[in-house]
Parts: sequence; C-alpha cells; structure tokens
Amino acid sequence: MANQEVDQSKRKFLIAATSVAGGVAAAAVAVPFVTSMLPSERAKAAGAPVEAEISKIEPGSMITVEWRGKPVWIVNRSQAMLDALASHDDKLSDPKLEVISQQPDYCVNPSRAIKPNIMVLVGICTHLGCSPSPKLQTGGDMGADWTGGFFCPCHGSKFDLAGRVFSGSPAPINLVVPPHKYISDSVVLIGADDKGVA
Amino acid sequence: MAKNNQQDSKNLIDWVDARFPLSSNLKAHVTEYYAPKNFNFWYFFGALATLILVLQILTGIFLTMNYKPDAALAFASVEYIMRDVSWGRLIRYMHSTGASMFFVVIYLHMFRGLMYGSYKTPRELIWLFGVGIFLVLMGEAFFGYLLPWGQMSYWGAQVIINLFTSIPFIGPDISLWLRGDYTVSDATLNRFFAFHVIALPLVLLGLVVSHLIALHEVGSNNPDGVEIKKHKDPKTHIPLDGIPFHPYYTVKDLMGVSVFLIVFSAIIFFAPEMGGYFLEANNFIPADPLKTPAHIAPVWYFTPYYSILRAVPPIFNSQFPGVAAMGLSVVIFAFLPWLDRSPVRSIRYRGSLYKKWLAAFVLSFIVLGYLGTEPSNVWGQFASSTPLIGGADRATIVARFFSLVYFSFFALMPWYTKKDKTKPVPERVTA
Repeated sequence: MANQEVDQSKRKFLIAATSVAGGVAAAAVAVPFVTSMLPSERAKAAGAPVEAEISKIEPGSMITVEWRGKPVWIVNRSQAMLDALASHDDKLSDPKLEVISQQPDYCVNPSRAIKPNIMVLVGICTHLGCSPSPKLQTGGDMGADWTGGFFCPCHGSKFDLAGRVFSGSPAPINLVVPPHKYISDSVVLIGADDKGVA
Repeated sequence: MAKNNQQDSKNLIDWVDARFPLSSNLKAHVTEYYAPKNFNFWYFFGALATLILVLQILTGIFLTMNYKPDAALAFASVEYIMRDVSWGRLIRYMHSTGASMFFVVIYLHMFRGLMYGSYKTPRELIWLFGVGIFLVLMGEAFFGYLLPWGQMSYWGAQVIINLFTSIPFIGPDISLWLRGDYTVSDATLNRFFAFHVIALPLVLLGLVVSHLIALHEVGSNNPDGVEIKKHKDPKTHIPLDGIPFHPYYTVKDLMGVSVFLIVFSAIIFFAPEMGGYFLEANNFIPADPLKTPAHIAPVWYFTPYYSILRAVPPIFNSQFPGVAAMGLSVVIFAFLPWLDRSPVRSIRYRGSLYKKWLAAFVLSFIVLGYLGTEPSNVWGQFASSTPLIGGADRATIVARFFSLVYFSFFALMPWYTKKDKTKPVPERVTA
C-alpha cells in the first residue's frame, strides 16, 4: 500500500466530483433562505381591493385612500382643469400614453379616466417611489405657467392633472392608474375591475 | 514574595503559550510590531475608527434591549428609550452621533491613504479590505436609519430600495425581494433589523480583522511613503526607522482618543442632532406611507453620491444611468491601486499635477456633499435666455460639473500620475 503510486487523475476526478456535489448541495440549501425573503403569504393576501366614497369630493379637490400600503389619489377635476389637459401635450414625455403598463386599457383616453372628471392615480412617483405633493391650482409657487398637477419633492418630477409626466423630469413614465371600477355613481372600487382583482 | 509572584505569572504565561499563541501574537501585533517613527496627525484615524466600532457595538447591544423591530412599535420604542429608559437618551445619542463620527473618521482615514499613497503596492489588499469595510459601513448606516421608523427612515428606505428597480430586467424583482413586501413595511423593518444588528456587524468584524492582518503582514506606510523594512539593523533585524507599536503608538493614540472623546462628548451633550445633519427633524415624525415630507435628503455622509445620482439625467427613459453612476462613485475607490501609475507614494514627492487633482477631488466631494443636502432648486434657475442651459437649475448644472471632476480624478489618474514630475524620494524617513 505505502509505496503504491498515487493515481492523480482518479484523485482529481474525485475532488472535482465532490466539489460539484457540494456546490449543488450548497446552492440547494440557499434556496429556502433566499425564498424566505420574498413577500410572505400574508403579505400577498393583504392586497385586497378598497372602496372609496367620491360624492363628497368638491370639484378641484382630492382625497387620498390607502391601497396595498400605497396612497391612491382620487381627484375630482373641474371643467377648467380638464380643458387645460389638452394644452400642453408638447411638454410631456408620453402624452399619447404609449407605455401600456401605466394604466388599464379602459383609461387610455385623453383624461386617463373612466369618468372624465374623476382621476384615480397611485400617488407614488415612478422615479424612486416618493409620494408627490398635490399642486392642483394653477400658478402659485410652481411658476406662472403651471397648469395644475403634482410635484415630487424628492427629485423634482412634475406631473399634470392626468398624472402625465413633464419632459425633463427624472420620472421615466407617467403616474400609474390602478385598476378600478364604479360600484355605484358615488363609490369606486380600487384594485379590481371587470377583469377581476389585480 | 515578589520573586515568587513573578515566577508564578511566568509559569502561567508559559502554560498558556504551550496551548495558545498568546505571547507570540502579542509580540507580532503589539509589542514588536514596528511602525514607522514619523506618523503624523493623519495616522490617528485608524485607531479612532476602531474605537468607534467598539462604541457602536456596545451602545447597539444596549439599544436592542429596549428597541422593538415592529412597524407598530418601533417609533414609540425609540421614544421610550429617549424618555423613560435610564440614560437611554445618552446611549441613543452616542449611537447616532457615533454613526456620523464613524464616517468623519473613515473619510479622513481614506484621505490619508490618498495623500500618502497607502494603497500602492504592496498594500493593495489592505486598501481593498478597507473599501469593503466602507461599503459594509454604508450598508450598516442605511439599514440602521430605517429602525427609528420616522418619516426620513421610511422614505429614505423607499427611495434607496427603488434604486434597484431601475436595474434592467431583474430590478423590480430585486426590490421586491429586499422589501419582502410590495411597499416598505413591517417585513422590511424586521429584516433590516436583522441585517443591522447581526449580519453586517459580523461581516464588518471579519473585514476589520483582515484589514489589520494584511497591514501587519506588509507593515505600515508613512508620510514619506518610503519602505522602512529596506533598512534594518544588521543584528536585530528591526527596521532602523521603526518603533514598537506598544508603548509608542498606544500612548500617542490615547492622546488622540482623548481629543476625539472631548469633541464626541461635546456633540452628544450639546448638539446631538447637529442642526439636522446627524438626526433629521423629519425623523421625529412617525413614518407615514401616504405622505412624503416636503424636503427629503439623505444623512450628510451619503450626500455626495446622492448628488451624483440626481445630476445624471434619465437616458432612454431610464433612471439606471444615474443609479449606475452613484454605485460607481463608491466602488471606484477599489481601483485606485491600479489607476495610480506614479513611481512615488507620498504627496510630499509628487509633482503639482497630482496635488491639483487631489484638491479638485476634495472640492468636488465637498460641493457635491453640500448640494445633496439641499433641494435641486436651492440656487434658482439660469435665465431662460441662456444658451444650452436656459431654465435649468443652477445647482444641477454645478452638480454635473463636479460629478465630472469627481470621476475625472479617477479616470484620468493613469495619465496625470505618469506625466507628473516627481521629486527624488529619500532612502530613510524624514523627521
């Protein structure tokens, strides 16, 4: 035994085989740990749709409701606000709503809404997730040519009253319109539409 | 009697040494670790960083005794520590001030490396371990800042996690995985607590030990950048310009520690929030997922990189270039040993080109740091009649310029360090 030659190729093979088997085992063991950090079943179940009462929103004002831990804005736009929407297409990044993921297909229209005056938006900036501040009125601290909209305090993105982003903002796409539908004239359900729960 | 005691302690040490390398390690790392005799002011900060590390671990342990990592309880538990726990306010302020002072000390420590070429061969690994320490420290600061669950905690975490979303293809999944929920929530807070109190501190300790082992293997650099091991006493083999770390530098560092503790205590006692730079006012408001504060900015030690993030405009409707630039602005330090082509280490023997570039780099770091604490319209806009930049925020244009200087310092380094006219380096350290 003692003076037998060591079979190097056999030894190399055994080392390689052991390393591969060990590596596969280590990767397999990592799976449960990595997966445990994904949203839990409880977190997934928490995203139920919410109802919002809209009859008490005055024209030109808004309310905020919470859906999936995020602010959802419901703005009752006045006729003047709706008229102003068409006036600044040339200053927007995506006036024609070409990014399809930013709204359900029933909101691909000039007002981005089911009922033209009621705007439903997820109040989270598409840049890095801050919640923009409503600057609904024209002018004011936003400058003389401001036609009303939202301003993100974090990195200065500007959106109009349909949540469409102005060119030159860091936000890459328009604010997201969540799936929603009207249960009655005065109640909107956020997070579900005729296609089912989002 | 005295003689017997001496004999006893020697026997005890012999007993231990036969089972554990106590004396040899003490010699190698403390009593017979020969450091250059010409260390100056800039050499205090390594020891001070170690001191702060110990302080952070100590105060952190006591904070966890009362802190609750639960979105419903976290904010109140921090206020409980501040108001009802005996000396809790002091312990919390030591920890929060320690975080900022850690970065003060680490930035000065890194600047020392830049001045004296401490990253140059054969000390590349010391530098790389150091960059690792810096990265982990940034992680520690970020994870720890969420724990008080104030408005800045919440929205800071929201923005930083969303940075990952802009990574093409896999970004959104990475963000979801980091948060463990669709928004920053209880799940996020709980795991950040785990990262902050156990995962990253373990990595940090490992890196610090590696940093020191690597340092003691090759020996310390010095303000002259000459190798003291080149000239050894022929009999003892001790470097002629070296002095044992203990007692010479232990005593010197003690004096540095004393001065540091005076400053540290003054901040804790008189200005723990440092006018909003160490603890931001908005963070004394509980986290509200529905409302972003009107002005959010990171804590001061992140603001230079944050400025770079803001300075890069979106390209092809993607924020990724800005995020990549910010990531690069931190990681780029790791490449210094290979970017620097100068034959000399210390700034004392470099030519004027390097000195100018280093000054420009420090200036850009400070200006970017300042701009990162302010909203981007802080200096108003250029008149709309200005060609090219009409109507743009002045601060954004300035940030773009200094971001360019910041990166040029690294990118052009191979060129200007090679071209620079160096002075002759002395054989031995100067007094």
